[in-house]
Amino acid sequence: MSSPLLPQMHDPVVALPPETPRSRRAARRVLRDADGGHATNFSRGFVVKLLLLAMIDALGVYVVMAAWGQGSFGILWSMVGLLVGANYVYFSKRALPMKYILPGLSFLLVYQIFVILFTGFVAFTNYGDGHNSTKADAIEALLIQNERRVEGSDAYPLTVLADGDELAFAIVTSDGDVRVGRAEAPLETIDEAEVDDDVVTAVPGYEVLGRQAILARQSDVTDLRVPVSSDPADGSIRTQDARSGYVFISTMHYDETTDSMTDALTGTVYTPNDDGQFESADGATLAVGWRVLVGFDNFVKAFGDPRYSTPFLKVFAWTVAFAALSVVTTFLLGLFLAMVFNDERVKGRKIYRTLMILPYAIPGFLAALLWSGMLNTKFGFVNQILLGGAEIPWLTDPWLAKLAVLGVNLWLGFPYMFLICTGALQSIPGDVLEAAKIDGAGGIRTWKSVTMPLLLIATAPLLISSFAFNFNNFTLIYMLTGGGPRFADASVPLGHTDILISMVYSISGVDGNAAKDYGLASALSIVIFVIVGTISAIAFRQTRKLEEIN
Amino acid sequence: MRRSISLVAVLATALALAACSSSSDTPAADPTTEAAADGGSLTIWVDETRKPAVEAAATAFEEETGTTVELVLKNFDDIRADFLAQVPTGEGPDITVGAHDWLGEMTSNGVVAPIELGDIAADFEPVSIEAFTQDGQVYGLPYAVENIALIRNTALAPQAPATWDDAVATGKAAGKTYPILVQMGDEGDPYTMYPLQTSFGAPVFVQNEDGSYAPELALGGEPGTAFSQWLAAQGAAKVLDPAITYDIAVAAFAAGESPYIVGGPWMLDSFPGLDLAIDPIPSAGGQPAQPFVGVAGFYVNAKSENGLLANDFLVNFMSSEDAQLALYEAGDRPPALIAAADTASADPITAGFRAVGADAVPMPSIPEMGSVWSFWGVTEAGIVSGAQEPVAAWTKMVADIQGALDAS
Repeated sequence: MSSPLLPQMHDPVVALPPETPRSRRAARRVLRDADGGHATNFSRGFVVKLLLLAMIDALGVYVVMAAWGQGSFGILWSMVGLLVGANYVYFSKRALPMKYILPGLSFLLVYQIFVILFTGFVAFTNYGDGHNSTKADAIEALLIQNERRVEGSDAYPLTVLADGDELAFAIVTSDGDVRVGRAEAPLETIDEAEVDDDVVTAVPGYEVLGRQAILARQSDVTDLRVPVSSDPADGSIRTQDARSGYVFISTMHYDETTDSMTDALTGTVYTPNDDGQFESADGATLAVGWRVLVGFDNFVKAFGDPRYSTPFLKVFAWTVAFAALSVVTTFLLGLFLAMVFNDERVKGRKIYRTLMILPYAIPGFLAALLWSGMLNTKFGFVNQILLGGAEIPWLTDPWLAKLAVLGVNLWLGFPYMFLICTGALQSIPGDVLEAAKIDGAGGIRTWKSVTMPLLLIATAPLLISSFAFNFNNFTLIYMLTGGGPRFADASVPLGHTDILISMVYSISGVDGNAAKDYGLASALSIVIFVIVGTISAIAFRQTRKLEEIN
Repeated sequence: MRRSISLVAVLATALALAACSSSSDTPAADPTTEAAADGGSLTIWVDETRKPAVEAAATAFEEETGTTVELVLKNFDDIRADFLAQVPTGEGPDITVGAHDWLGEMTSNGVVAPIELGDIAADFEPVSIEAFTQDGQVYGLPYAVENIALIRNTALAPQAPATWDDAVATGKAAGKTYPILVQMGDEGDPYTMYPLQTSFGAPVFVQNEDGSYAPELALGGEPGTAFSQWLAAQGAAKVLDPAITYDIAVAAFAAGESPYIVGGPWMLDSFPGLDLAIDPIPSAGGQPAQPFVGVAGFYVNAKSENGLLANDFLVNFMSSEDAQLALYEAGDRPPALIAAADTASADPITAGFRAVGADAVPMPSIPEMGSVWSFWGVTEAGIVSGAQEPVAAWTKMVADIQGALDAS
């Protein structure tokens, strides 16, 4: 039990001598009994807590009920779990540390752990174009796509009728005859029906449904098929708007018992295959498929496609170089400026500091777009105004594009480093520097042996997170160069400034330039996650050495 | 005073229930029974430009049928992906606006339902119905047809050019900065270049007799390489230039720096005060220069619980001349309904775009098209800039596209 997690207890706990854990627990129990415990009296704090939790519970119960209404049971049970957990933690006497970490923990669960697990799950499915939903949806979609109007058939003015609960259609033929039928009874001519301007107004034995009544049962109406005759091959009447009816015929039939689709015209039978598609004996598949688990297929696909193997290595090398160089350049510039403006001899430091932060205040994607305009070869501000009309291909030459990306990222990133370095510099105690001076250390020696190590303790974790951020700095690449200029020797749409995450975006088709494959995208994201995670873990381990200086 | 956890928990729960009792009955109630009382409700996704026009039609529909129409404003670029993702969850709208070239993706994912237009199909421009047709089924109600044409500044060029070389010659004779403006950018712009490519007889896919496309590449071979060589020549002559982006081209034309620009009706707002004429795009390779036609329309959600209302709204209300004209005024694209297009053609500019569109070809909507774009444009830009050898680059591009098609 580490002390920062414990609340400020009353004095006795400080007075207690350090003992074995068992006796410490006993001491705390004594303590709790002494002041009545923290959840057991109606102090003002308790009432506030009760009200806050009641509000949280209210919100939670609302979410649970909404999830119930939508049939989202995953959300429902997670919410119930979170609520029960929260109530237990805040009303129990045994979960003191959890009281402090539960809010953060729940957000971690919802926004991080869940997302990672879900991405991991999708990585093992074939979710993507053609496999967009469940099997039931796919079957339904195939059936509605393959129910077509009989060519050259008439359009009939249609009226919806009801006989008790059962619906029926009345149509007026081109001869002026009224024909009425229901799901089980084919159309037959009814002479006694009343027709007004081609619309049936009354049929004996039926009630003519008004619009409100039709809307109340609109899915029954659109689902109703009235056979034209006793021969199913003649098709059936259906309506999509309850105003006109057409003769439709289904060319695809689904048989639930054999779980197969049959094409009525050709007699071909399609059965489900392992990829989540209906497949015929000769290998033809139907367009609409569904999501299935495909195991490690996506990972194999990611590394098995020979078109990607060469560019992948180049992209990976550039990603590491880009992330590392971005951190180094921004840190060095930020540090330099921080040291300059930390010197009290510099006049107007506050104004300079404010100006320095400006790039940081501009949204990254906007800045990247601005820069891509300013670096345009012919019309860009940089070439036209600064370089006097030179036509330097900043974004279209492979090396210059890399330089441009690094330069823009330097511009975007140094204020952040400047801020943290300023903060860290100001927190270095003056007496340490003074001690160094007394020991006879010069400026450079002090900087090297005292300032830098102390500075790195504070900033090293931020440098690592900055590395991880830049490793996945999609916005900059996408907005500035779009990954271009393209590799001339590769057969895939990847370019010299593409980093891993923009490569994933492109090859999984999320950018719309190929068939979307969320399964592949997730698999590659997991790979990137592992790479970034490993590098960060190693780096954090290294920074522990720095702390030993303290 | 001491209490048990259970007592406290009961207290908290009771408070919680009291707090949400007023709102808790909404999700529990059956939406269909509620909807039936007032004529049902319909949710439609629209983008910013189209919203006022759809709103007008929706008001008419609401007045006549008592249905509540809810319009949800979406960014047009987001609609495609959001619709694909949300329909399977049951959260999608009943109707969405969309472009016809999404059709292949929409149907292969089973998110759109066919619409039976009946006799009114004949009232629409044939190309607009054709564009929304797949495998004999119509999946959308078209409302606008858009295509590019040659926009001419009559003050600088009084006559329509007969051929590309003619256009370049008269453009140079006009003595302005650019003989002719064709937007390109470093990534290329195959959409704008397409009419010039077709004038060499190199369409992107083989076209079936009914106008639909087969997933078989047709942009290679002799005509394709001839086009690539022409691109290189135009690039060397500085007539085409990858540095010309959309913004630069539009700004230059608006400033009177060129007599011609290849572009669509969406540019017109940027050219106030210019006297314009719309001409067919001049042929560069001898054959007719056919641009792509894009058709905008409405799709119906395959899982909509309001299918009847949705179809009624589209087939019987959005197909009216008034509704189509309102959409025309909002978006400036010639309407898909012939009667509305005839009315709109009173404006010579609209009539000009419509005339060019009559000879144009629909943009392929087959899913394979996605694999083409990303190779096509960069290759064109590379050839024009002189960075790539035309024939080799074009041949490699065709092979790469074929590779991408085979892989997916």
